[in-house]
Amino acid sequence: MQILQLKETVAFMSYRKIAMIFSALLMIASLASLATNKLNFGLDFTGGTLIEVGFEQAADLKKIRQVMAENGFNDAKVQFYGSSRDVVIRLGLREDVKAEMLGNEVLAVLESGSGQKVDMRRIEFVGASVGDELAEQGGLAMLTALICILIYVAFRFEWRFAVGSVVALFHDVLLTLGLFSILQLEFDLTVLAAILAVIGYSLNDTIVVSDRIRENFRKVRDTLPEDIINISLTQTLSRTFITSITTLLVLAALFFRGGELIHGFATALLFGVFVGTYSSIYVASLVALALGVSREDLIPEVIDKEGAEQEQMMP
Amino acid sequence: MLNRYPLWKTLMVAFIVAFGALYATPNLYGEDPAVQVSGLRGVEANAATLDTIKTNLTDNNIDFANIVLEKGQILARFKNTEDQLKARDVLDDKLGKKYSVALNLTPATPDWLAAIGGTPMKLGLDLSGGVSFLMEVNMKEAINKAKVGMVGDFRGDLRNEKIRYRSVKEDGNAIVVKFRKVEDLEKGQLLLKKRYRDLLLSTDEDTLTLTAQMTEQKLKEIREYALQQNITIIRNRVNELGVAEPLVQRQGKKHIVIELPGVQDTAKAKEILNATATIEFRLVDTEGDLNAALNGRIPASSILLREKDGKPILLNKRIMLTGDHITDAKSGFDEYSRPQVNISLDSAGGSKMSNGTKSNIGKPMATVFIEYKPTDKRDLEGNLIFEKVQEVISVATIQSRLGKSFRITGAGSQTEAHNLALLLRAGALIAPISIVEERTVGPTLGAENVQLGFQAILMGFGLVFIFMIIYYRAFGVVANMALGANLVLIIGVMSLIPGATLTLPGMAGIVLTVGMAVDANVLIFERIREEIREGKSIQQAIHQGYDAAFSTIIDANITTLIAALILFAVGTGPVKGFAVTLSIGIITSMFTSVVGTRAVVNAVWGGKSLKKLSI
Repeated sequence: MQILQLKETVAFMSYRKIAMIFSALLMIASLASLATNKLNFGLDFTGGTLIEVGFEQAADLKKIRQVMAENGFNDAKVQFYGSSRDVVIRLGLREDVKAEMLGNEVLAVLESGSGQKVDMRRIEFVGASVGDELAEQGGLAMLTALICILIYVAFRFEWRFAVGSVVALFHDVLLTLGLFSILQLEFDLTVLAAILAVIGYSLNDTIVVSDRIRENFRKVRDTLPEDIINISLTQTLSRTFITSITTLLVLAALFFRGGELIHGFATALLFGVFVGTYSSIYVASLVALALGVSREDLIPEVIDKEGAEQEQMMP
Repeated sequence: MLNRYPLWKTLMVAFIVAFGALYATPNLYGEDPAVQVSGLRGVEANAATLDTIKTNLTDNNIDFANIVLEKGQILARFKNTEDQLKARDVLDDKLGKKYSVALNLTPATPDWLAAIGGTPMKLGLDLSGGVSFLMEVNMKEAINKAKVGMVGDFRGDLRNEKIRYRSVKEDGNAIVVKFRKVEDLEKGQLLLKKRYRDLLLSTDEDTLTLTAQMTEQKLKEIREYALQQNITIIRNRVNELGVAEPLVQRQGKKHIVIELPGVQDTAKAKEILNATATIEFRLVDTEGDLNAALNGRIPASSILLREKDGKPILLNKRIMLTGDHITDAKSGFDEYSRPQVNISLDSAGGSKMSNGTKSNIGKPMATVFIEYKPTDKRDLEGNLIFEKVQEVISVATIQSRLGKSFRITGAGSQTEAHNLALLLRAGALIAPISIVEERTVGPTLGAENVQLGFQAILMGFGLVFIFMIIYYRAFGVVANMALGANLVLIIGVMSLIPGATLTLPGMAGIVLTVGMAVDANVLIFERIREEIREGKSIQQAIHQGYDAAFSTIIDANITTLIAALILFAVGTGPVKGFAVTLSIGIITSMFTSVVGTRAVVNAVWGGKSLKKLSI
């Protein structure tokens, strides 16, 4: 079976202006949202206390809020989590010395206030310093990842490809962050992990395309770089689609079956893989082309590869 | 073009997959309910304890599957939880306070598998339920205390050498000594330089001051010591909690991670972690009548305590020295290679000890360990009531007048000396710690997470499976075989690596690997199709397909691996679990999807002249 049976080379690069404007608009929108709406940082980064409890019957949020307020937890945010029997209560950081005991106190309050048996599902407490450190570490991790990858790609390919792939990565990360900012989805540690995985995935895609571009520059002579890129993208298009499909399939499984705790994780990856596929076609190759990638830049690689091919020709 | 693998290569692939499968099998067996008995505070469970436990169980008609003594711990397995609970209650009652008795679930790995090192994967707390704490050591306080100690030491040293000074003060990270005369300054410099090699000394003759700066090395040492000391104390306390397989581990420069699987009552755990312990040195009251004291007539100047083995002992009420003067305690050997504990005190402690011992040479001195243990009772405000527990952990005869450093011999075995040293250090906690993060997962949520993770893996797997067969037909089946082998290898490797823990994001990582692992095969198969379209022969197309795709696959996977490794380095807990499965998955998938599928393809299609390929 084959989904894409392309006889002709698709002139991807002739749509580059549109793609560029499209990407630029999305990036600006993401930046604008990040600047104004900011990210809805989860407990991991902000610090505070979160208590998830399960009730035997559907919970009455109003009553819970009332009980909480009566016991001095005026700032408690009470929400359903996944189902109407599952409730999450969030508390901000407090000056109290015994901040770490809040979770247990809330549990006791709920138990006496609701008259129902309350099942403690989880308690999370994160101190202020931890959250700050984490945010710093998370940012640092992303930067380190980008730099390491830049070095690896520059070493394996050529600096133009390296810049292209890192711009593509930056594009993907920014758009994913933008999505989380616009929809005000909670940004926690698992989402950060998902974004790093998006970096890995998107790069995977970009490298496959770059690899083919390099190969074609060597194989196909007297052709414009633009056409080489078009040929390469067409040749790899089928693979790009199929891998995206299989990855999206498993992510859909995670999204629908993975449960509430990794919903954010699955969302980030689903979106990231989608954007990553697009960016490997348009952003990465476009940047390499704009930076003036040419056959001469890739020649040193030719020698050993041609030797390898000769070997294969032998019976 | 024949596309044949040499026999050894095919065998190697088969061997690796079989090896992975073998070490993945322990995960198929369930868990046995068990009771774990471990000694507290230096006591080790031994063969005698084992016998006591056996007799107690038999006497109470409790059936046990087996019972073993390992690494100073005793593990008894039971056929059902009913027996397990009964056994816990009986043992808790009979063994007393010297042992902690904890409920546990131990893997029911068959003996032959366990013998070759087979264990099931360790589940993270988000799957097994339990609590994890992150505690932070107050390093500022550690350095402060070190400085205060040094100010005292400087004063003592200068006074002892009769060097006159105007003042000794701390200033930032330095200690400033002011002198009255240049000669004193010079003498002082010489003395301090000799004594404290890890300080940077500088002098100013105009203002007659000497500044002692702590080197970066020294500061690092202090921090490191504070962290290690806290870890030691916390380990001791965690053992008291009676939790099976607790984890106490350092994280970074000032944090300690504590994981307590299965613990629900986090309030109690927190109280225990926050409790304080102290040490006191007292003279033994050799004149008082012990029998009378046991009958309630304790002399007014004495207190009645018990030793580790329960033997009563009378001690002077007056405390000779408190543990906060201890700066270090190390275990070692004396000249007759008997175990001993070397204790260092700060200067104030040194003079107290010197005064306290000078007229008591030849008399026994006791070391008392005091701990505040939470009881089950609460006061009116709902706080746990702590019970003061005092225990004599060592009695030694004073051989000579003691000073800033002395040693205790006759502490028993080397382990006991080591433990005594640990406890002595615990008496002088140089840096306080506090809980900065808590994550508790209840048992219901944990079980739910396991179920959800499994469902997601199965569903993701199933979807990709079906897709690959429809899209690539016979070659799809080969890719699916590689996927299956990959899953088995991930589980095998995860089970084999002691530190690897399966978490919910880790399960997501497996799902993601499934989706991405087929990429290598998609690359190869698409290339083969391309080559066939270009008119190459079938065998040549297969060869070319694998060859041309190889470097691309390597490049693409290495970059993902870079991202995964960075995540591993900065991530903690569940997120680290994701990085672990992702990294392992990338490596195993490269093997199965390139080398593994090639072995199958060569075996099935290689070496024949083919007209068509089911791809």
